[in-house]
Amino acid sequence: MRAQSILVALATLLLLAPACGGKGGGAGAIIKIDGSSTVYPITEAVAEEYQKSGGARVTIGVSGTGGGFKKFCSGETAITGASRPIKPSEVKQCEAAGVAYVELPIAYDGIAVVVHKDNAFVDHLTVDELKKMWAPEAQKTITRWSQIRDGFPDTELHLFGPGVDSGTYDYFTKAIVGTEHSSRGDYTSSEDDNVLVQGVSRDAGGLGFFGFAYYAENQDKLKIVPVKQGDAAPVAPTVEAVANGTYQPLSRPIFIYVSERAAERPEVAAFIDFWVKNGGKLAGEVGYIPLPATAEALVAKHFAERKTGSVFEGAGATVGVTVEDLLGRE
Amino acid sequence: MSVDLQPSGRAHDIRRRGNNLGERAFIALSVVAIAVPLLILGGLVVNTLGDAIGRLDWDFITSYPSRRASAAGILPALIGSLWLIGLTAVIALPLGVGAALWLEEYGGKSRLAGFIEVNIANLAGVPSIIYGLLGLGLFVRFLGLGRSVLAGALTLSLLVMPIVIIATREALRTVPGHLREAAAALGATRWQVIRQVILPMSLPGIMTGAILSISRAIGETAPLIVVGALTYVTFLPAGPGDPFTALPIQIYNWVSRPQEAFLVNAAAGIMVLLVTMLVLNSVAVLLRNRLQRRTRR
Repeated sequence: MRAQSILVALATLLLLAPACGGKGGGAGAIIKIDGSSTVYPITEAVAEEYQKSGGARVTIGVSGTGGGFKKFCSGETAITGASRPIKPSEVKQCEAAGVAYVELPIAYDGIAVVVHKDNAFVDHLTVDELKKMWAPEAQKTITRWSQIRDGFPDTELHLFGPGVDSGTYDYFTKAIVGTEHSSRGDYTSSEDDNVLVQGVSRDAGGLGFFGFAYYAENQDKLKIVPVKQGDAAPVAPTVEAVANGTYQPLSRPIFIYVSERAAERPEVAAFIDFWVKNGGKLAGEVGYIPLPATAEALVAKHFAERKTGSVFEGAGATVGVTVEDLLGRE
Repeated sequence: MSVDLQPSGRAHDIRRRGNNLGERAFIALSVVAIAVPLLILGGLVVNTLGDAIGRLDWDFITSYPSRRASAAGILPALIGSLWLIGLTAVIALPLGVGAALWLEEYGGKSRLAGFIEVNIANLAGVPSIIYGLLGLGLFVRFLGLGRSVLAGALTLSLLVMPIVIIATREALRTVPGHLREAAAALGATRWQVIRQVILPMSLPGIMTGAILSISRAIGETAPLIVVGALTYVTFLPAGPGDPFTALPIQIYNWVSRPQEAFLVNAAAGIMVLLVTMLVLNSVAVLLRNRLQRRTRR
């Protein structure tokens, strides 16, 4: 008897706590968003401002680009964030479930290549030199800086990069190694870019790559490496160089995909309109590079016309495209 | 001074302490063993508190997430976690205690009991993300609960069930056999023996299991991400069918942001998580101590 009553008391106590704090959820339209952790800060900023302006309620999950597409193509979410274009397998999933989508580039992200702050010998690296470091063949054979370029000291080379599930990894390997999702395996990887920042900043022979925002916040701890492609002069990632497409091949657009059926709902349409109008400023605020005005206008038109499908036709990560190219391509 | 009737012999041991070199070394080793983890824990807490102190205020606890670290708060995550833990306790404790009772008191040495026992022991070692996948398939999809607090709590319940069962069984075994026999000799049925003798006697041990399971459940992240906990919600769950987020998920999100100010938020979030766990556990410990006093009488 006593045992039961105590258990019941404990249970009630635990249940009462949340009930007291509750202030009503449930009812009303909810815009469900999921997808890439890279896109998340922008989505969060837009959702916050949209709700402040009196818009419908928004929920955002972070399942990664791939996980986001799974939910999106099964019709669970209205919008999904993606740090790379939709892949063929995902196109098929969406088709099978009858989910048509509008693809909207929302900002640029540069991938920064960095070395230790006190590294004096690296003034720039060419795409070929980066490839030499990161290619699958480099595994266990390229271990010293002297192997990268004549004149580099004979010190150990330690590599840091995002985990293989990230869109940033996919894009970097496609742009540098040439094959998406293919690189050496013996590098220090972490899903948390702050770990990579710390890793490179504590390792005199370190080199790493991650999203531009993580470099921008840690400029005092790291040294940026300008990247040289072909005969062009080496370019360091800056807001201008990424936005005007001169930082190649390591700048990329990031996307949201909007379900065509969900876009018929007035609150979703209003949300995207709000995003297109205010997204640029907000993206800049959270560390991304806004689209140029011309591209923004194209994106707005793209959504107004509800153009469905992907301009990448399921090609996955595509290197060296600007949003104007993309939307003008049709 | 009252006379201690417990046949513990503790007083005798204490008098002899220090007579033996081996014993002295053992005691020293034990002190070191307890001091090292406590010092590390203390260091971690002080370090985190140092980072968090500027952010820990009422605003932080009552605000919703924001892109501005200084305006971001932890309310939906805190309430989401309380919902999860509350539901998990309501689901897992009765089921777990019931299962343990059956295994100890009714199951005996039957083949079925043996089979269940092996499975529970194995389940205790399964990585938590696997429970997440099970929860996704069973509760979210098959039972159609969606990505709700209830689905999350059911998943966590499965996760902590082995802990509850194992702790409860240990507690049941500590009830002296002569008490059972005495009760049976007085004509009590099996159910009466369980309800009036065994359960009250073993309740403190069962509560220990509850404390352990709650502590485990409140820190879990991986299964909740799989089940579909959100990262950004600006409303609180009003019922078990609503979407939710939880403290560890919010902390993880802040830790992985580029801006340093979010790391401070993460530290503050960790303190909130610690305090929440301490409060929940203290309630359980208080209850246990009361019960212990009562059963001694």
